[in-house]
Amino acid sequence: MKKKILPRLSSLLCLSSAFLLAGCDWALFDPKGTVGVQEKSLILTSTYAMLLVVVPVIVLTLLFAWQYRQSNTSAEYLPKWSHSNKIEVVIWVVPSLIILFLAVLTYQTCHSLDPYRPLEEEANVKPIHVEVVALDWKWLFIYPDEGIATVNQVAFPVNTPVDFRITSDAVMNSFFIPQLGSQIYAMAGMQTQLHLVANTAGNYLGESANFSGRGFSDMRFRALALSNDDYAAWIQKVKAASEQLDNSNYPKLAAPSEANPVEYFSHAEPGLFDQIVAKYNNGMVMDKSTGKMLHVQSAMSDMNMKE
Amino acid sequence: MLGKLSWSDIPIDVPILVGTFAGAAIAGLAVLGLITYYGKWGYLWKEWLTSVDHKRLGVMYIVLALVALFRGFADAIMMRSQLALAYAGNPGYLPPHHYDQIFSAHGTIMIFFMAMAFMTGLMNVIVPLQIGARDVAFPFLNSLSFWMTTISFVLINVSLFIGEFSQCGWLAYPPLSEQQFSPGVGVDYYIWAVQLSGVGTLLTGVNFFTTIVKMRAPGMTFMKMPVFTWTIFCTSVLIMLSFPILTVALGLLGLDRYLGMHFFTNDGGGNQMLYLSVIWGWGHPEVYILVLPAFGAFSEITQTFSRKPLFGYNTMVYATCSIMVLSMVVWLHHFFTMGAGANVNTFFGIMTMIIAIPTGVKIFNWLFTMYKGRVEFHATMYWVIGFMITFTIGGMTGVMLAIPAADFVLHNSLFVIAHFHNVIIGGVYFGYVAAMNFWFPKAFGFKLNEAWGKRAFWLWFVGFYFAFMPLYVLGFEGMTRRMNHYDNPEWYPWLLVAEAGAVMIALGIVCQLTQLYVSIRDRNLAENRDLTGDPWNARTLEWSTSSPPPFYNFAVVPVVHDLDAFAHDKEAGIDTRAAGSNYQPIHMPKNTAAGFFIGMFSLILGFAAIWWIWWLAAVGLIGVIATVIARSSNNDVDYYVPASEVARIENEHTRNLLAAQAAE
Repeated sequence: MKKKILPRLSSLLCLSSAFLLAGCDWALFDPKGTVGVQEKSLILTSTYAMLLVVVPVIVLTLLFAWQYRQSNTSAEYLPKWSHSNKIEVVIWVVPSLIILFLAVLTYQTCHSLDPYRPLEEEANVKPIHVEVVALDWKWLFIYPDEGIATVNQVAFPVNTPVDFRITSDAVMNSFFIPQLGSQIYAMAGMQTQLHLVANTAGNYLGESANFSGRGFSDMRFRALALSNDDYAAWIQKVKAASEQLDNSNYPKLAAPSEANPVEYFSHAEPGLFDQIVAKYNNGMVMDKSTGKMLHVQSAMSDMNMKE
Repeated sequence: MLGKLSWSDIPIDVPILVGTFAGAAIAGLAVLGLITYYGKWGYLWKEWLTSVDHKRLGVMYIVLALVALFRGFADAIMMRSQLALAYAGNPGYLPPHHYDQIFSAHGTIMIFFMAMAFMTGLMNVIVPLQIGARDVAFPFLNSLSFWMTTISFVLINVSLFIGEFSQCGWLAYPPLSEQQFSPGVGVDYYIWAVQLSGVGTLLTGVNFFTTIVKMRAPGMTFMKMPVFTWTIFCTSVLIMLSFPILTVALGLLGLDRYLGMHFFTNDGGGNQMLYLSVIWGWGHPEVYILVLPAFGAFSEITQTFSRKPLFGYNTMVYATCSIMVLSMVVWLHHFFTMGAGANVNTFFGIMTMIIAIPTGVKIFNWLFTMYKGRVEFHATMYWVIGFMITFTIGGMTGVMLAIPAADFVLHNSLFVIAHFHNVIIGGVYFGYVAAMNFWFPKAFGFKLNEAWGKRAFWLWFVGFYFAFMPLYVLGFEGMTRRMNHYDNPEWYPWLLVAEAGAVMIALGIVCQLTQLYVSIRDRNLAENRDLTGDPWNARTLEWSTSSPPPFYNFAVVPVVHDLDAFAHDKEAGIDTRAAGSNYQPIHMPKNTAAGFFIGMFSLILGFAAIWWIWWLAAVGLIGVIATVIARSSNNDVDYYVPASEVARIENEHTRNLLAAQAAE
């Protein structure tokens, strides 16, 4: 439905073509994955729908102000006129119809683009699992299936859905790769989820979208969308790294640092992510697939727990 | 003895702050010197600082707002300059420690001390006059509100020179704002300044709600009430509903910080999501608290300068009331990305969009007020037309952000910054400036200079588009808010354009100050004087009394027969003033210094609590309580103006009026 409406509207509104042309190299108008593509289309559709009322309002404002200016004595003047049922019906109904249209769109897209929902478009491909931890001021990525971890660089194969589980071991951040689509908050003691996919190989900007303190501006990472072969090679490269991440050196990594370089860890402590979540929850973590609370045996429960 | 305070908290190593301090000190000494030189201390104390007259308090609120605008704008242009420089390896001139304080202070000051003070000032000057009342319901509380707001602004500015301000943004999200991550005094300055000013705002809400409900002139039923008064009524309701939420949110955060509790901490069972929910439970109604009075002002101005009554008065009232109700049920749209389920996000998204309907209706009402009118392009009207164009765009981008799935990519980006400046500058600020131009002669008896008013408008209007349209683009380019430096070459040119816009707005502010200067200089020129009290041929009661009004507002309380009571009387040839040749004694409140002293003791309390100087905090608290008790046990708080005195003032005004008519 959306695909039919779009070209028809853009032929009606000269503004829209300028909007599209100018927009072609802006990150959100140059999406590289299904989620981003749908969000771009949503932004454009809602804008066009609203321009149906916004443009007339702006034109009428200028027109009425000019037409009924004081010096234009030839214009009709009705010094008592202040009510018209017909006009009132129109000014209530037209905005209501546009909002009704947008409300339906909102309902549909809220569900289809729910970040917790696995991507239907890529349902036949087995997703990659990545666990994300926002630290002061860097991003830790744990690959539970591969047993490896990285800092400030995340990689995944193209056309493969990525299932991010996200938490924080510091303040609130927001995990965001603009060209792939949705962001979601990273909060200590909690897990949020995000499903994204890249349909084009590339090296994309990732950032924190929620201010997190002194090192916030440099809390950036690169998201590498690689071909299957390149992805396998990347995994091998990480596995060849000399550093390992375990409970003993994790606190050193978690300590505040700014503009942290990319780091690779050939081994990541199993269950590290759950331990990070659980240490703020009396050792409990929720299993997202079953909804059950599990107790995590952790060496970490004594660590970092201030007060 | 001095708690956490030590010499190292005075930032003498930061040249910007030392320069600011020197400038502020010189300007402050100059003002104090001038007052002493002209021997005005007694006048200032008796007629202004201890006044309970709503008109005087309103003027002082607006002066406070303009000072806050100055401070808030200085922060703004420093941020824009930083981002115009800090590109590709250049760190700019503001390190994060300083930059983060600036954006936190900018938001806090602009909302709490520029916009809120400006709005409170306008409602103080106008509402009692507009409903035919002699003062507000609780004149002493009104004075107390003003002082609480003022000392809070002082407290925020003290943080410039003693210690530091919050580095957590204008809403101080935990856990960043908790002791663990912000051990300094910055967040405490924020908490105390906002809490103390919140006391003032809440009392203002109660005061104006009561005033409007109880003190309208005889005959003024709710549906004959001017639209501006309606918007203040709705704003007062929202203040009473939402400011307690803010007090609780910051109170709990304060307990976390001062007593080691765990409401919003990461550990110990705290929940940061709760803070977001609570703070926005206040924060969203707050934007309607600010914008509704601007809508009211636009309504009064448009009908006056279109020379016909407001189109669809009933619709306007219903739209205002429905915005009031809806604004309380949309707060979650500030955190769609926190992981709420699709149904919850859908509900709050749709509720938010629904607000666009009554708001759109209002815009159409102003349009059709101009339709078949005789629109006079007075400087005031420029702001109205500039508003209608700008606000419509801001409303559109607001609805885009209300769609959760679109918000997932726009949230926390510069798109959001562009959106809310679009509605707050284009709606709130344009409205307040228009209102100031419109009601200025009522408050002072002379008009503001139009040429400088129009220059100010054009610089603000064009400057706004240069400063904020690039921010929409930057949001689309994925630039998040609150960045201190960046290396993306695509962002750089847009940030330069935004900087140019900020410079234009700076010139706009210069024009506004020039407008004030020129208007005061030329106040005695015949074409600038307002001798009749009705310079614009306006429609509502405040214009039926003299400019400036006598301290008792109306010698004879007007009787209202119709909507737009004054227009009705003028058309019917009723001279409301002549009816009052038989004057009665007028019951008026006495001035009091209690509000001033409670404010000063609160300032001591706040400052001492920030620095953990507990003995001094006790002094402040005891001072507040003692002053309240003293004031409460004082029964000598009112007096009667004798009828002969009323007659003398009114006769003098009549003589002026006749002289003015003769001169014409």
